[in-house]
Amino acid sequence: MYPSDYRYTKEHEWIKVEGAAGTIGITEYAQEELGDVVFVELPKVGAQLKTGQSLGTIESVKAVSEIFSPVAGEVTETNAALADAPEKINQDPHGAAWLIKVRLADPKEAAGLMDAAAYQAYIAEKAKEHSA
Amino acid sequence: MVNFGGWDMPLEYSGILSEHEAVRTRAGLFDVSHMGEIEVRGPGALELVQWVTCNNAAKLNIGQAQYSGLMTAKGTFVDDLLVHKMSDTHYLLCVNASNQDADFAHIVASNKFDAKAENTGSRYSQLAIQGPRAKEILQRLTPVSLDSIHYYHFTFGKVDGVECLIARTGYTGEDGFEIYFDPEFSEKLWNALLAAGQSAGMIPCGLGARNTLRMEAGMCLYGHEIDETTTPWEAGLGWICKPDKGAFLGSEVLVQQKQAGIERKLIGFEMLDKRIGRDGYPILIAGREAGRVTSGGPAPFLRKNIGMAYVPPKSSGIGTEIEISIRGQAASARIIALPFYKRP
Repeated sequence: MYPSDYRYTKEHEWIKVEGAAGTIGITEYAQEELGDVVFVELPKVGAQLKTGQSLGTIESVKAVSEIFSPVAGEVTETNAALADAPEKINQDPHGAAWLIKVRLADPKEAAGLMDAAAYQAYIAEKAKEHSA
Repeated sequence: MVNFGGWDMPLEYSGILSEHEAVRTRAGLFDVSHMGEIEVRGPGALELVQWVTCNNAAKLNIGQAQYSGLMTAKGTFVDDLLVHKMSDTHYLLCVNASNQDADFAHIVASNKFDAKAENTGSRYSQLAIQGPRAKEILQRLTPVSLDSIHYYHFTFGKVDGVECLIARTGYTGEDGFEIYFDPEFSEKLWNALLAAGQSAGMIPCGLGARNTLRMEAGMCLYGHEIDETTTPWEAGLGWICKPDKGAFLGSEVLVQQKQAGIERKLIGFEMLDKRIGRDGYPILIAGREAGRVTSGGPAPFLRKNIGMAYVPPKSSGIGTEIEISIRGQAASARIIALPFYKRP
């Protein structure tokens, strides 16, 4: 479910690092919490992102959520397919529905984030809080 | 699950969009047992109902229901409700869950008549079967001829062997029924109805779809379009406000306001921008804040983003272009007629 070569944030973003390039999206847990996604607003190519900075918003039927950048870097590409098919975020959040690609300011930065096992333990804890 | 007026309720089952679609095109089943019930009995029952509500309950026949407002002395809403006439001396009021205790206290405090009010919410479960195929589905489980129950009327009869009050009412903009019964049979009836509706494509629906459906149908939600600061005239609910019936709580203020004119009016809008104007966002007219969005979000069946808001009457004309401040940026929208959706 949660790819082992991705890194994860507490705000439920993922990042896949290949050299100096990073691909960023939201997690399965996040899409499940949001429900039906109806609109996505992404940054412009060339935008400089700081770690933790808002990179855009995802609107579902019931709520709007900000997406925070897991790392610092420059936006090199955004997923144009999401403009007409935002529901892809519900269908394939870890794959086809990636949000943006960045050139990493520090290729090692993402290593400090949670790995898949740590993230799964983190959301299991969240689920317990929910049901409590 | 979300906490709603003390009840743990699912926001969605299969997803708000698919549930919304089911109700518009087939049918949906809602557990609305959280809704409150208050019963008024006695020789003065009608007088008490007439005194605390703004619609004319004297017009009701036995077995008929009406949408109404529970009024403060200022002519504003304590709650909105359905008044069911059970007999000449017995009325059943169906009220919002979160207001039930305040409503009951207000009715008791206003009772100067030969009548007795009782808070009976815990004696009823309520299920809503809504959508174009609702009648056909419910008919499979009851000997009562549902065709004989007209819109906003009710009768008593068995559903899957359980004694129910069967009302042709709802909060979705579709045809449908709301059934009231002893909570002991909640699980049994929920399961029986779901099974009976499966072949017709009925699915369980949560609070999320309940909200998008009522919004698309332009219906008010307490705490959003109406509250203790809004009057029926402002909320576009003049059709349930009948000062001609005689004095009631707030009627003098309401007559005055009708003569003097209102200072704000509830309107419907559609977004011209791709973004969504949501509850609480400021409305801008000529760049200045002129009101707030009361409810806003996607209208899944109409495939656009809509909302309701209060604006000054001079800026409330159909077609007026307005702006909504969305996270600090102005997004354009246009005032359109309410309701947004009317069933064919």
